[in-house]
Amino acid sequence: MDQSIYYKKITPEHKWYDLKLKEVWTYRDLVLLLVKRDFVAKYKQTVLGPAWAVIQPLLTTVVFTFIFGAVAGLADSGAVPTFLFYMCGNIAWQFFAGCLSRTGRTFVDNRGIMEKVYFPRLAMPISTCISQLVAFAIQAAMFVVFVVIYLFVPRFHIQITKFIILVPFLILQMMMLGLGCGIIICALTTKYRDLQMLIDFGVQLWMYGTPVAYSTKIFEGTPLIRIVNYNPMTPIINAMRYACLGPDCGQFDLKYYIVSVFTTFLILFAGIVLYNRAEKNFADTV
Amino acid sequence: MDQNVMVKVEHVSKQYRLGMIGSTTLREEMQRALAKLRKKEDPTRLIGDSISGNVGDLFYALDDVSFEINRGEAVGIIGHNGAGKSTILKLISQVTGPTTGCIELNGRVASMLEVGTGFHRELSGRDNIYMNGAILGMTKAEIDKKIEDIIEFSECRQFIDTPVKRYSSGMYVKLAFSVAAHLDSEIMIMDEVLAVGDAKFQEKCLGRMGDEAHGGRTVLYVSHNMNTIRALCSRVIVLDHGKKVFDGDVEQGITLYNGLKQLSGGTINLKQIKRHLDYIHRRQSLTALKIHTEDSRFEFGSIICGSLEVESQETIDNAGFFFRIQTVGNVAVTRMDTSDPIAIKGGENTFSFKWDVSQLIPGKYLLDIALTQRNSWGNVQILDYINEAYCFEIMAETEDPVLINWTAREYGYYIGPEILLT
Repeated sequence: MDQSIYYKKITPEHKWYDLKLKEVWTYRDLVLLLVKRDFVAKYKQTVLGPAWAVIQPLLTTVVFTFIFGAVAGLADSGAVPTFLFYMCGNIAWQFFAGCLSRTGRTFVDNRGIMEKVYFPRLAMPISTCISQLVAFAIQAAMFVVFVVIYLFVPRFHIQITKFIILVPFLILQMMMLGLGCGIIICALTTKYRDLQMLIDFGVQLWMYGTPVAYSTKIFEGTPLIRIVNYNPMTPIINAMRYACLGPDCGQFDLKYYIVSVFTTFLILFAGIVLYNRAEKNFADTV
Repeated sequence: MDQNVMVKVEHVSKQYRLGMIGSTTLREEMQRALAKLRKKEDPTRLIGDSISGNVGDLFYALDDVSFEINRGEAVGIIGHNGAGKSTILKLISQVTGPTTGCIELNGRVASMLEVGTGFHRELSGRDNIYMNGAILGMTKAEIDKKIEDIIEFSECRQFIDTPVKRYSSGMYVKLAFSVAAHLDSEIMIMDEVLAVGDAKFQEKCLGRMGDEAHGGRTVLYVSHNMNTIRALCSRVIVLDHGKKVFDGDVEQGITLYNGLKQLSGGTINLKQIKRHLDYIHRRQSLTALKIHTEDSRFEFGSIICGSLEVESQETIDNAGFFFRIQTVGNVAVTRMDTSDPIAIKGGENTFSFKWDVSQLIPGKYLLDIALTQRNSWGNVQILDYINEAYCFEIMAETEDPVLINWTAREYGYYIGPEILLT
């Protein structure tokens, strides 16, 4: 049979192990354009523009520093300013939460396009995550500025460790985990809309199971520490703080980190399989 | 599949579950999973007539359809509403998957089930060209090469860097069509998108599509408009209730399609005919239409007598009716109104009427019936509207001198009043 390079066969069966990642790669221009569209559309007709990306985490950090840090005393950050402790955790968490909840709404938000034209469906959530990354980059720049400012305050002692080279991988891992969880929810919401209602609540709940508002040190010696540590986000946030701010306010535990990486890959893989399965007849069900 | 076959559809069926698409309960879901495990028949699956219309029944939008389309062919798909036309296009453009069977495509598919998919209001025309192009499967480099042609074709150069939210709807559509028309795909799929834009632009689009087909591109086109099918297609496939009933010559196909409408009987229960959502559960509704002949065939020049029954929950004194006549090809022919206000009592009402169809040329027609009310400001509001309530035929009388060489495409379906010499 003579075939053109674009030959394609459509059958009702779908092999679950076919992740269609190659197809996404051929549509990489679409992914980038979607990111651009997202970014432009978000800040058009706003006075402050991308500054909004900074204002929100800044305010949250101030609130956290005051309530969880000063009032409740949950931050055990040693010589590192509590403000930086919370900012680091907050920015990282916001990025992850953004990836999760935005990708979780992929089918519902983009129904109009997806009902009318075919493209590799994974392109959509991937572009969502990348546009979250853009916002994250702006926030990270803000964080760097604050770190530099505090470096000149003699009262505090910030120690940037060699683990800083791990940061890009941590970011990638958060993105993968957020994407994985998001598309699992997305795949399930095609049938059960209830999950849609649970996303925001679930993310909130997950945050309290992750050392964002507190330091893991406060659990040391209690059985809770194990549960918290097996949460795949815990080693990431801890390693992030350890790398950027020093051993006073974070730690790097290789064992838990490996578990976290393993969980991430598992969730992402399961997510892609489920998503590809749901995508096929999504136009009939949503 | 040899090199020349671009699209091959083999025994494709598409099944829907009526009324509860996607909303199966968790319990049913578990029952089904359990049955699958034990290799038993799905307990939630209903047995029996699949098109009886009950909630939960299975419905075949497409039933074992097969065809092949060769390179450079322009194929029209025609059929009445619900025949499965749009479903087949959706399957070929991979928006949804088939239930059984398989589809082979020997090239890239550009599907235009809608114009301007992915357009974002805030982005400029230029950005939207890139966006839309990428969604339709082009790479950025490909669009770079074509962008000048696209802008030229769209006639929107002046506004190309303005956000599309400031465009008129006509400009919007022109821009969207231009992107799709310049795709580098081997197979082009279109669903009545030509019903947009001004007449001049429509002409241009048709021309462009014709060029595409002659230039080796394969075009698949769905429309209710037989004139565009005639202008564009070299072959038609006729679908009826999800089955392929004809595949071949355009004129033969159109004739067959027009013949698919069954003539109505003498008494029509209008209650059972599906209405637009706007006209369900209204205080007044049309309930029955009775025509004095049983077979719904009339000689050229006749006047039809009949009666209409209306049910009302209250008394109104300013009602009216209008009849809209369309051909079986869904081309509107004429509309006839009652002139004086009609009083409707609460309960059952029967109105006899005389309906002059003497000026319709021979052929098959569909009748839409509307019940209207003129409110105190003089606006006419539609209380009930029944689409395609009655199908009838005007029979040809070969000896009639008026009808010699009458072609509906040229003169329409209606003979005007006689010219009176004074």
